[in-house]
Amino acid sequence: MVDLSVNFAGIKAPNPFWLASAPPTNSGYQIMKAFEAGWGGAVWKTLGVPVVNVSSRYGSVNYRNTRMMGFNNIELITDRPLADNLREIEEVKKYFPDHAVIASLMVQSKAEWHQIIKDVENAGADGIELNFGCPHGMCERGMGSAVGQEPAVLKTIVEWVMEAANIPVITKLTPNVSEIIDPGLAAYQGGSDAVSLINTIKSIVGIDLDTFAPYPVVDGKGTNGGYCGPAVKPIAMNMIKDLAQHPEISKIPISGIGGVETWRDVVEFILLGATSVQVCTAVMHYGFGIVREMEAGLRQFMEERNYHTIYDFAGKALPNVTEWKHLNLKHKVIAEINEDKCIGCELCYIACDDGAHQAISLSGEPGNRIPSIIEANCVGCNLCSLVCPVENCITMVKTDDGTEHLTWNERTLNDDVPVTFDDDRAGGKHHFVPKPTDALKYK
Amino acid sequence: MAEYKRPTSEAEFKKNFKQKKPLMNSTEAFYESSRCLFCYDAPCVQACPTSIDIPLFIKQIHTDNLTGSSKTIFDSNWLGNACGVVCPTGVLCEGACVYNHQDVPPIQIGRLQNYATNYSIDNNKKLFKPGLDNGKKIAIVGSGPAGISAACELRTLGYEVDIYEAKEKPSGLTVYGIAPYKITNEEVLKEIDYLKNQLGFNIIYNTPIDTTEEINQLESKYDAIFLGVGLGKTATLRLKGEDKLGVIGAVEFIEDLRNKRHKLSMPKNVVVIGGGNTAMDAASECARMGARKTVLAYRRSRESMGAYDFEYDLAISAGVDSLFNAIPVEIIGNVKVEGVKFAKTEVIDGKLVTITNNEFIVKCDMVIKATGQAKQGMFYDLISGLDLDSKTRIVVDKDTFQTTNPKYFAGGDAINGGAEVVNAAYDGKMAARGINQWLNKE
Ligand SMILES: Cc1cc2nc3c(=O)[nH]c(=O)nc-3n(C[C@H](O)[C@H](O)[C@H](O)COP(=O)(O)OP(=O)(O)OC[C@H]3O[C@@H](n4cnc5c(N)ncnc54)[C@H](O)[C@@H]3O)c2cc1C
Ligand SMILES: Cc1cc2nc3c(=O)[nH]c(=O)nc-3n(C[C@H](O)[C@H](O)[C@H](O)COP(=O)(O)O)c2cc1C
Ligand code: SF4
Ligand code: SF4
Ligand code: SF4
Repeated sequence: MVDLSVNFAGIKAPNPFWLASAPPTNSGYQIMKAFEAGWGGAVWKTLGVPVVNVSSRYGSVNYRNTRMMGFNNIELITDRPLADNLREIEEVKKYFPDHAVIASLMVQSKAEWHQIIKDVENAGADGIELNFGCPHGMCERGMGSAVGQEPAVLKTIVEWVMEAANIPVITKLTPNVSEIIDPGLAAYQGGSDAVSLINTIKSIVGIDLDTFAPYPVVDGKGTNGGYCGPAVKPIAMNMIKDLAQHPEISKIPISGIGGVETWRDVVEFILLGATSVQVCTAVMHYGFGIVREMEAGLRQFMEERNYHTIYDFAGKALPNVTEWKHLNLKHKVIAEINEDKCIGCELCYIACDDGAHQAISLSGEPGNRIPSIIEANCVGCNLCSLVCPVENCITMVKTDDGTEHLTWNERTLNDDVPVTFDDDRAGGKHHFVPKPTDALKYK
Repeated sequence: MAEYKRPTSEAEFKKNFKQKKPLMNSTEAFYESSRCLFCYDAPCVQACPTSIDIPLFIKQIHTDNLTGSSKTIFDSNWLGNACGVVCPTGVLCEGACVYNHQDVPPIQIGRLQNYATNYSIDNNKKLFKPGLDNGKKIAIVGSGPAGISAACELRTLGYEVDIYEAKEKPSGLTVYGIAPYKITNEEVLKEIDYLKNQLGFNIIYNTPIDTTEEINQLESKYDAIFLGVGLGKTATLRLKGEDKLGVIGAVEFIEDLRNKRHKLSMPKNVVVIGGGNTAMDAASECARMGARKTVLAYRRSRESMGAYDFEYDLAISAGVDSLFNAIPVEIIGNVKVEGVKFAKTEVIDGKLVTITNNEFIVKCDMVIKATGQAKQGMFYDLISGLDLDSKTRIVVDKDTFQTTNPKYFAGGDAINGGAEVVNAAYDGKMAARGINQWLNKE
């Protein structure tokens, strides 16, 4: 039997699907509705100092027919009175004692931090999340990402919080840094019980071509927003991996956030070491109902592989994510076109000829649009297989026999660093590079 | 207009009866599933008689969770695979898809549904287990969609289930009645086998229940009985000359076609009488079997035909001719049919009036009567206290599907007078729940 329940740094929840602190967790009404729909936890929309919001708040990147592939916002923390939020936290906990309700907080002085921690503990919150991530508006007032980008400041505030908190504390990190380890380590050293990431990424999603103002436009002007949604998932995964592989930070649990929408995203995050996931954009797009797909898919995945809890496979991808210098230089793959599947779009040809290694040729016979791979020139970059619109039409076939293994690291250790260009795959013995003037023959 | 050559081999038969909703490949399924908007309170779900969670199963296809997708489908509809291709989706889920409002083709829900369930059937994915044996036994009469659906649901609830079936194959009209270009026999039987292997109900073939003794035996041996007997043979027209050789009922013709396939002998000129979906199917099928001329004759106008427009269009595109406002008055010929004498009709003050002075003959060597199936009235007489309505349909409670004889429950064509597979699938499932509720109340 699959058991989806989690114990995240002492915060218990029936499953790892949590709502990220954002508009879907604005009110008790929304959170109760979400718990009914199947979510296991919710991080309340950040509570803190009084704010006012602007009207026109979101922008999006639509890619082809996909709306909101990337999403950005210029909203601040909650604009509802603290007392209302506290009362509703209490009410939600009364109806859902086994679900995780986590209060996200953002204030300034030590005294304010201590006060608000006491308030949310009294309301019955199961945990606290420190919002050091908001990259617009709040940072201009010295909070949010302004804290998250200064490890020393971050550590001090975490220490203040740890002095007062009796419930688990999660530190939410901003990705707007050059090295995520720095704030991650500061949070760990400050005594945080867990970390969560990523918050949104500074962004401009588009410019109105008539008014020359960035979206979302507020009376003719705009500002940078925070970017999230499916587009940011790869960035989130890399940062989660960085923390999960760190010898110290990995001692505390990680809640993964950023572009999660389907069960596959959830499994990937868990494989990279997250033990809960938080979702915002996908819920803002489709509503709480998407958790049905996540839960059914995660269960199916676990049943098929006989995993009992998510801890049985958490972090299992980490040993396979290594540094470039440890990759086997002797491994070789070559593209292969399945002629029965090919529909003759010739995208692979032009991608390789213009954008890669001139390793695909056209048949030259009228009526035959099936390209072929020039094996000597194929470096195994994958590009053609990525652009091919037919599933499994171009596959990358392994051509080495697997007996040889040599990494850059080993070459360095053996004092075998190349002094000439000796890669046989490009510019090598068999690789053919057309003459520059061959380009003109199509003029 | 298509011209079909008389099929003389299985391959030619397959070509003439090319599947209207062929199995999707993974690329098509990927693109098609990506179009679904995941609507809230989705209209497609509301339009599905079994309320399948359509946006969910489509999203599951898109995230490559085909097993989960088919579980979502079977959870609501035990015949999800067949329904994907036999349902009139244009008037159900696909007709309700929000894309229609944008003049964009709706999501091909039926084919996606068939695609997902095909995966779990072909890979024999075990999705369901029988419930814990509760010691009670249920008899089902008829292994059509209603009976099979009831059996599956009852097994998950822990009942032992025996299905008594008059014929030698399960699944009722899905095998014997539905047009071969919608589904093949192999596909129908594969789904039933798949369900049967997981859930373990018994089907006792070639065993019609048609005597009082048999009814008494069922009543004493079982805790409850579900009737999924469908409809009977084609009703008689009470027409002069109806007994001539070459006059056949549509269901009987189609059953013959589905059994004999290219070996069915097909006369050159056919008249099909009727204006419902069965008439459209029968006419299309004659044309595809290479009949030189197939005339579809209906006594009223085209607009008042009961058939769906798309079924009529399909028949016409297969090469069928139509004749409206014509009522058959006599079937002529010696021993064998040689033609049908028609009279023109007119609607006056909403009433159909026959104009007698203007009769004409359409020559043919076969007449197919698609004028409705008789009800199983004789069979119902065997059961005491079973109320029927004025159209000889079994009266049931709308939530529990219990008949007026509390030991009996019923569903499918027997209660609705002839609808779709999906309605029978829904009824069977709900009746099983009704049975469970009733047996646990006692
Ligand atoms: C020509 C035609 C085309 C159709 N096309 C479509 C279509 O494209 N799509 C669609 O969704 N629906 C279609 N339908 C309707 C669909 O086939 C029926 O609605 C559905 O099969 C009804 O299921 P059922 O279980 O109620 O009855 P049936 O399918 O009729 O099954 C009844 C079963 O009970 C058995 N039986 C009857 N009496 C006894 C007895 N006394 N003892 C033992 N066994 C008995 C029969 O042998 C049969 O197997 C079509 C129907 C016809 C006639
Ligand atoms: C409109 C909006 C408001 C947000 N407000 C907050 C907030 O108050 N506190 C916070 O910690 N994160 C906030 N976030 C960030 C989200 O919690 C989350 O970290 C981010 O959106 C990435 O997840 P996603 O890709 O699932 O959306 C907000 C995001 C959006 C889109
Ligand atoms: S989503 Fe709701 S609040 Fe936002 S602009 Fe539309 S109607 Fe207004
Ligand atoms: S991209 Fe794929 S389908 Fe297109 S020509 Fe190349 S192999 Fe064929
Ligand atoms: S109505 Fe159409 S787009 Fe909306 S959920 Fe249903 S199939 Fe998808």
